Amino acid sequence: MEFLDFLQALFVTPFVMMWQNPEFLLEVVIGGLLTGVMYSLVALGFVLIYKASGVFNFAQGTMVLFAALTFVGLLEHGVPVWAAFILTALVMILLAFIIERLVLRPLVNQEPIILFMATIGLSYLLDGFGEIAWGGDVHALDIGIPKEPLVFGGVLVNEFDLCAAAICGVLVAALAVFFQKTSIGRALRAVADDHQAAQSVGIPLKTIWIIVWSVAGIVGLVAGILWGSNLGVQFSLSLVALKALPVLILGGLTSVPGAIVGGLIVGSGEKVAEVFWGPATGGAIEDWFAYALALVFLLFRPQGLFGERIIERV
Amino acid sequence: MLYRETGQFKTSYIADQAIFPIRQDRYLAAALLVVAYVAVPILGTEYWLLTIMIPFLVFALAAIGLNILTGYAGQVSLGTGGFMAVGAFATYKITTSFPGLNIVVVFVLAGIITALVGVMFGWPSLRIKGFYLAVATLASQFFLIWMFNKFPWFNNYTASGVISAPPRAVFGHFFVTGAEANPVDKYLFVLTTVVAMAFIAKNLVRGRVGRSWMAIRDMDIAAEIIGIQPLQTKLLAFAISSFYCGISGAMWAFIYTGGVEALAFDIDRSFQILFMIIIGGLGSILGSFLGAAFIVLVPIFLEYTPMSLGLNIPVNYISNMQSMIFGALIVFFLIVEPRGLARLWQTGKEKLRMWPFPY
Amino acid sequence: MSGGKRIGEPILEVRSISLSFGGVRALAEVSLEIRAHEVLAIIGPNGAGKTSMLNVINGFYHPQEGTITFKGRARQRMRPHEAAAQGIARTFQNVALFRGMTTLDNIMTGRLLKMRRNFLWQALHWGPALTEELEHRVFVERIIDFLEIEAIRKTPVGQLPYGLQKRVELGRALAMEPELLLLDEPMAGMNVEEKEDMSRFVLDVNDEFGTTIALIEHDMGVVMDISDRVVVLDYGRKIADGTPGDVRANADVIDAYLGVAHDA
Repeated sequence: MEFLDFLQALFVTPFVMMWQNPEFLLEVVIGGLLTGVMYSLVALGFVLIYKASGVFNFAQGTMVLFAALTFVGLLEHGVPVWAAFILTALVMILLAFIIERLVLRPLVNQEPIILFMATIGLSYLLDGFGEIAWGGDVHALDIGIPKEPLVFGGVLVNEFDLCAAAICGVLVAALAVFFQKTSIGRALRAVADDHQAAQSVGIPLKTIWIIVWSVAGIVGLVAGILWGSNLGVQFSLSLVALKALPVLILGGLTSVPGAIVGGLIVGSGEKVAEVFWGPATGGAIEDWFAYALALVFLLFRPQGLFGERIIERV
Repeated sequence: MLYRETGQFKTSYIADQAIFPIRQDRYLAAALLVVAYVAVPILGTEYWLLTIMIPFLVFALAAIGLNILTGYAGQVSLGTGGFMAVGAFATYKITTSFPGLNIVVVFVLAGIITALVGVMFGWPSLRIKGFYLAVATLASQFFLIWMFNKFPWFNNYTASGVISAPPRAVFGHFFVTGAEANPVDKYLFVLTTVVAMAFIAKNLVRGRVGRSWMAIRDMDIAAEIIGIQPLQTKLLAFAISSFYCGISGAMWAFIYTGGVEALAFDIDRSFQILFMIIIGGLGSILGSFLGAAFIVLVPIFLEYTPMSLGLNIPVNYISNMQSMIFGALIVFFLIVEPRGLARLWQTGKEKLRMWPFPY
Repeated sequence: MSGGKRIGEPILEVRSISLSFGGVRALAEVSLEIRAHEVLAIIGPNGAGKTSMLNVINGFYHPQEGTITFKGRARQRMRPHEAAAQGIARTFQNVALFRGMTTLDNIMTGRLLKMRRNFLWQALHWGPALTEELEHRVFVERIIDFLEIEAIRKTPVGQLPYGLQKRVELGRALAMEPELLLLDEPMAGMNVEEKEDMSRFVLDVNDEFGTTIALIEHDMGVVMDISDRVVVLDYGRKIADGTPGDVRANADVIDAYLGVAHDA
C-alpha cells in the first residue's frame, strides 16, 4: 500500500492542492519568482563574462560572496553605506585587474575547458582568502531595505522581494543601455563575437576584459547585498550561487534576457516543487530540482532558451 | 645519458605497441611494483599505510575512472562523487543482504550497478556537450546524494543513520574490512585491485576502444564518418568510468573510512577528483596516479610544514590556507603546464636523454 | 588517363536532390551518377553547392527532396556512420583529423569499422584482440608506406604542416577500404610539387584498388588531367556533365566559370 500512497502523493495530491487553493499557489509562484530574480542577478555576472571573454566563470558565486563580505566588513567598521558601496566596487575592480593580469593573460590562447578549470581554482582561492580576511561567522546585513509583508488581493507578497525585483530591473535596463548604446558596449559585443577580429580593428582585449570583469564584480556586489540582506552574509552564499548554473543553462550562456527568464523559471519551479511535492519525498527537493529542470530543458533545446545555436561546420 | 634509447630498435609491432616501449621505463615500472609490494608493507608504518597509501590508491582509481570519461572521451563530468556513492551504497546493500558472498564479488557487482547508473545519466551526453554537459552532470551528483540521504532503505533503516562497513574477508582470515582487518592486508588488497584495474584501463585506451573515445573527444563529427557510433561510444565511456568510480567509492567506504555516508561523496569530492586529473594530466593513466598522489600529499605537507617551521597557525586558518594554496596551484599548473604532471614527466624524460649535457 | 580501365555501372545515383537551409537553396534538383571505378570531378564556382552535395551523399545533410541510390539500395536519409559502414569514405576541406592523436593512431581509427574483437579481450590486450590489432597495424603500415609518411608516424597531427595533414586524412579514408571515396578539395593550399604527389596518389588508389573516386577541385589542370568525367554545378544546379574535353568546350560552363579556358 505504501507504494500506491507514494504514487498518489506524487501524481494526484499536488494538483488537487493547487486546484483547491489557487491563491496559495500564486503566492508560492510569486515568492519563487522573486527568489528567481536574485538567481538572475548572479547569473547576469556569468553571462557578461562569458559573452565578452568566452570564459565560463565558475568563480562568479565566490565573487558575490567576496563582495558581500567586503561590504559587510566595511559596514561593521563603521563606514557609511554609500562609502562602503563605492569602496567595495573599487575592490572588485582591483580584483578584476589582478585576475586579468595573473589568470586571463597567461591563459589567453588555451581551450575553454582550461579557462573553466582555472576559474574553479580561482573560486577556491577567493573562498579561502575571503574567510581568512573577514572571518567565517555569519554577518547580518541590514541597509534599510523594507521587509514588511504586503497583501495584494488575498496574495501575500514581501516588500523585500519587490525591492529586489525593482533593483534587478533597473540594473538590467542599465546594462542593456550600456551594451546597445555606448561605444564600449559595442566593443564588448565585438569581443564576444570574435577575439581576433576585434583585436584587428584595434579593440584592446585586455582593457575590455578588465571592464567586463569589473562590471560583473559590481553586479555581483549588488547580488551579494540583496542575498546577504535576505539570508545574512555567510559561506553558504557561494553554494547558493551554484544554483545560478542551471539558470544559465536554461537561459542560454550568452543571453542576458535568458539569465532573467531562466532565473524566474528556476526560482518559481523550485519553490513549487518543494511546497507541493516535498512532503511526498521527505523534502529538500530544492537541492537538485533546478539541475534536473535544466537537464530536461537541455534535452529539447541544447543551447538553452535564448542561447546561440552552435552550428558545427565541416 | 642514462636514458638513451639507442640500440633499442623495435623489430615487431608488438614491441612497438608495448605499454613501456623503452627498456629503462620497464625497469622503473618493475622496480616500483617491487617497492609497492615488498618494501612498503615491511617498512611502512600503520599511519603511512592507512592515511597515505590506501587513500592514494583509492583516489587514483577514481581518477582513472574520471580520466576515461573526461580525459579520453572528452565528456566533462562533475558527478564523480555521486557515482562513488552509488558504489559504496550498493556494496553495503549487497553485502548486508548476502553476507556469505565474497567481498570481491560484491565489489564487482557494485561496480556493475554503478556502471548501469552511469549509463542512465550518460544518455543526455548525446545531445548536450561541453559546459552544458558539465552542469547537467551536476544534476546526477545532487540527485544521487539527496537520494541516499533521504531514503532510509539505503542505510537499512538504522536509527542513527550512521552505518559502518561490516567485516569481510577475501579468503580465510584475511579480513579487509571491519575492525579485525590488518592494515597490511587492506593495503595489499587495494594495491592489487588498483594495479589490475589500471592495467586493464591502459589496455583499453591503447586499443580500439580508446581510439574511438579519443576520436569522439577530438572531433565527434569526424568520428561519425569513420563509422564510430557516438551514442554507443559515449555510453561505453560512461559505463566503464562509472564502474571504476563505483569500485573506488566502495573501497573508500569499506576499506578506508570504514563507514558509508553520503556526505563523503558530495560535490567537493567531485571537484577533488577533477583537480587530480587536471593536475595529473588529462588523457593519461600515469597522470591519474600522479594527480592523486599530489592531492593526497599536499594537505599533509601543508599541515606539517608550519609546525616544523615553528609557526603556530590556528586550525581554521590552515584549512582556508589550504583552499587558497590549492586554488593557486591549479591556476599555476594550468598556466605552466596545462597538460599536467604527466607531461612534465615526459619532458623530464626528454631532458634525461641528454643529461648531463644541456642539449 | 583511363586507358584500359573498365568503368562499370553506376554505383551511386542521386536523383533530383533539393537541399535548403532556411531560405537558402543549396541544391536545386540535382541529378548525377557516379560509375564504378571512375574518377569524377565536381567543379563549380564558390557557393555552387559542391560540398553540400558531398555532405548529402555522406549523410551529413538530409535533402528535402530526392533519392540517393547506393549499390542498388535507395534511401533518402542516412547517418554518416551508416554511410561509412556501407563503404563511403570522405575527406574534408578543413582537414577533420583528430588533433590529439598521432598519424598512426589517426589512420588506425580508419580501421575501427573492421575491428570487431570482443570488449573483454580488449581489456586484456591479448589473444584475439592483440592479433586483430596487429593485423590492422600491418594494413595501416602499407598505407603509410604508400603515402610516403613513415617519418611522421608518431607525430601528433596537430603539429604537421597542412599538406601532410591532408595526406594523413587521405590515409585515414583509405584505411576504411571504401568503395566510394569522396575528396573535398584534396589539393587546396598545396604547391605544384605537393599537387603532383597528391594527384599521383589519387590515381594510384584508383588504379590499384579500383576505388571509385569523386573529388571537388578548383585546379583545372588537375581536373583535366586525372578525371574521367566532370560534373559542373552553379548556384545549386547542374549545368554540365561529361568528359573533361566536353565540359571545357561547353559554353554555359565557360560563362559561369572557366574564363581561362578561352585560350586553351
